[in-house]
Amino acid sequence: MIIVLAFVIGGLYAAAVYMMLRRSLVKLIFGLILLGHASNLLIFTAGRLVRSRPPIVPENALVPVEPFADPVPQALILTAIVIGFGVQAFAIVLLKRAYQVVGTDDLDQLKSTDS
Amino acid sequence: MLTAVVSGFVLALLAPWLYRIARGAAGWLLSLLPAALFVYFAAFIPQIASGRTAAASLPWVPALGVNLSFYLDGLSLAFALLITGIGALIIIYAGGYLAGDAHLGRLYAFLLMFMASMLGLVLADNLITLFIFWELTGVSSYLLIGFDHQRDEARAAALQALLVTGLGGLAMLAGFVMLGIAGGSLDLTTLLGRGDAVKSHTLYPAILVLVLLGAFTKSAQFPFHFWLPGAMEAPAPVSAYLHSATMVKAGIYLLARLAPIMGGAELWQYSVTVAGAVTMLVGAAIALAQTDLKRILAFSTVSALGTLTMLIGIGTTPAIIAAMTLLLAHSFYKGALFLASGSLDHETGTREVNELGGLLRAMPVTGAATIAAALSMAGIPPLLGFISKELLYESLLHAPIIEEVLTVAGVLAGVAMAALAGVVAIKPFFGEKTETPKSAHEAPASMLLGPALLATLGLAAGLLPNALGASLVAAAAGAALGAPIEVKLSLWHGFNFVLLLSAATLAAGSAAYLMRRKIYRLGESMQRVSQWGPSRWYRSTLDGVLSIADMQTRVLQSGYMRFYLLIVIAATLGPAGYIFWSRVRPAMPQAPMDLRFYEWLVAAVILGAAIATVKSTSRLTAVATLGVVGFGIALIYILYGAPDLAKTQFAIETLTVVLFVLVLYRLPRFTKYSEKPARMRDLAVALGVGGMMTTLVLAVTAIPRESRLAGYFAEHSVATAKGRNIVNVILVDFRGLDTLGEITVLSVAAIGVFALLRLRSSQQKSDPPGDAQ
Repeated sequence: MIIVLAFVIGGLYAAAVYMMLRRSLVKLIFGLILLGHASNLLIFTAGRLVRSRPPIVPENALVPVEPFADPVPQALILTAIVIGFGVQAFAIVLLKRAYQVVGTDDLDQLKSTDS
Repeated sequence: MLTAVVSGFVLALLAPWLYRIARGAAGWLLSLLPAALFVYFAAFIPQIASGRTAAASLPWVPALGVNLSFYLDGLSLAFALLITGIGALIIIYAGGYLAGDAHLGRLYAFLLMFMASMLGLVLADNLITLFIFWELTGVSSYLLIGFDHQRDEARAAALQALLVTGLGGLAMLAGFVMLGIAGGSLDLTTLLGRGDAVKSHTLYPAILVLVLLGAFTKSAQFPFHFWLPGAMEAPAPVSAYLHSATMVKAGIYLLARLAPIMGGAELWQYSVTVAGAVTMLVGAAIALAQTDLKRILAFSTVSALGTLTMLIGIGTTPAIIAAMTLLLAHSFYKGALFLASGSLDHETGTREVNELGGLLRAMPVTGAATIAAALSMAGIPPLLGFISKELLYESLLHAPIIEEVLTVAGVLAGVAMAALAGVVAIKPFFGEKTETPKSAHEAPASMLLGPALLATLGLAAGLLPNALGASLVAAAAGAALGAPIEVKLSLWHGFNFVLLLSAATLAAGSAAYLMRRKIYRLGESMQRVSQWGPSRWYRSTLDGVLSIADMQTRVLQSGYMRFYLLIVIAATLGPAGYIFWSRVRPAMPQAPMDLRFYEWLVAAVILGAAIATVKSTSRLTAVATLGVVGFGIALIYILYGAPDLAKTQFAIETLTVVLFVLVLYRLPRFTKYSEKPARMRDLAVALGVGGMMTTLVLAVTAIPRESRLAGYFAEHSVATAKGRNIVNVILVDFRGLDTLGEITVLSVAAIGVFALLRLRSSQQKSDPPGDAQ
């Protein structure tokens, strides 16, 4: 599965970079979201894949049964997802606001500080 | 000794405040410190003359071998006495010269700071310490040249001096580091014993070039001489102090200091001697063509610095003795002349020699001091300048290399000096009295003390050479030679060839003085040539640097978002990618593909949805496919043992889609702004990034996994934190503070969202939004 995921990650990165290089502000934000997904998946895969073995300690034991999925990347990704959402929400509202004020979402026309 | 250096800096801090209280008396009061330091250093003379040295050290960065260590031998003592002695006179003089100036307190502060830096420079035993004080003199010199900061010329001259000497200083630092490698120590006292190791080291030529760059820029050697006349924008006391008596001699000091370590090699001998000789001639020639008193003195200083450099390059015992004698003689007469010319300027309102004449009656003391100093400059007995000139000729005649050329050059420079002495002393004070912008009268006592005392010193040291100076010259020359020597100075050496040369020099000098109008005319026609000289190189270099910076800014700061992104991505793909490719061999995992049908499906769905998002022309489709990507990833989390991630991802994905849909119709439509070539370029970049990330994943997963953290958390999750879901335990317990930070970020984002929405509604009342499509 790792090989397949490697290509999924590469594809997501490519899509993200391509979207971020567009002149449209909306597409830039879409690109950012894709970039977040790609990075999360990258961290997840780098922690190796363990099928259907969540890092949870059974009721009557002190340690989880080997093999179990690495909890550290999961903790990192969990944080990243939530922070990513905060950034997205802010970016979307900012985009909406900027569009209302400036009347365009063409980044080439947002070069100067005067609206 | 540490106190001696630091006290100057401390007093510099207090100087402006002291000036506010003491006003006119401040100069006299402040000069007490340099005077006291002079006495302090003078008390060392017997000890140093008998061959002993003094040292003080304070560890600074011991790990790097950098110590704040100071060391007093004959060479540093001679410089320390000049710095403190002339410093005291300069501070008194400045009080008269700039009386009533609102910024006089500041000038005092800069002068004292400079004095302390210069003292630190000549006393430093550690090369790094020396470098730091070297740069401090450069900084204080910048402040002093630009003292009159409202004038454009002063600022430009200050910057020029800082850039030229600062760049030289940086080269010197590199040279010092290499010297430390070659000699195995950064301490001069240790290096003194390792001269042969340094000279035979492969780095020696590089060290030599770099250190000479530092010394030559600081001491205004050709072709770096152009900054010194520019620095004459500074007030007269500053010019006299920094650009004649002390700072410009720092390069000479460095050469003399390093001569026992690096000198003697053929490379050193030729480069230092020839550079000095060329500077001596160029300086003298340009000086002859000048009519501004200060510029005459400035270029004749360049010439004298060249002479000193040349003598140190020759490096024989007579040459070093001549250098040290000239050092003293020059500091006395040139200091006096600079101060006297400042007084002339101050009292008459002009420095143009052709506008000055017959002033001896109006300014008798200044005139007498100028004449005595000029006699010393011309090399007329019984002044110290005569002795130094005799020693100079003597050592040139017996120089180990190109002695004929050097002798001719030395005599030519001597002729120029004699003629220049006539220009600065005879022209302004004798002959017909001329009308000057201000009616001339004698300068105040504070401005007489300096020139008079320095001129008298030149006379007294000439008359009684062995009482005043011989022991100091011997100690200084001994330090520069690396072995103690005996020195007897005398005015009379009997009728010999050297005396004949001296007489010829004077005769030729007088003739040149009388023919000076012809020389000026010659000088004017030379102007066209000098336009192409080093100061033009400086300007074009400066312009070049600025235009490169300009171009680079225009390219990098285009203002287009995607170019910034492209640069960042290209920088990652290029250098980082290169290192990655050249070090890592990605390997396909050897294990057979164990893949289930639904896993294939999920992967295909994610990729397909991502491509659909990119290709979509409708906002709604794009939002939907983006949601599919998110949900697909959540499925992967479920499949591979991360239920918490999946839950969060589902929740967030749903929220994002909802948020998008809420504002969707307020958002602009998808528009294709880019042309096809731009899209192709972006596609290539994007595929490059994608390919690199794929390879990265393959490379990372090919390395055997090692996670000590996973084991640690698994072991302590229940035992220590009493929780069974390890991911949760990490977030709320082990890394609780990180989670607090995360919550903070979310709240800030929430406040931002709220503010943006509120802002809209409040502005809507007064300013309805444009027609949103």
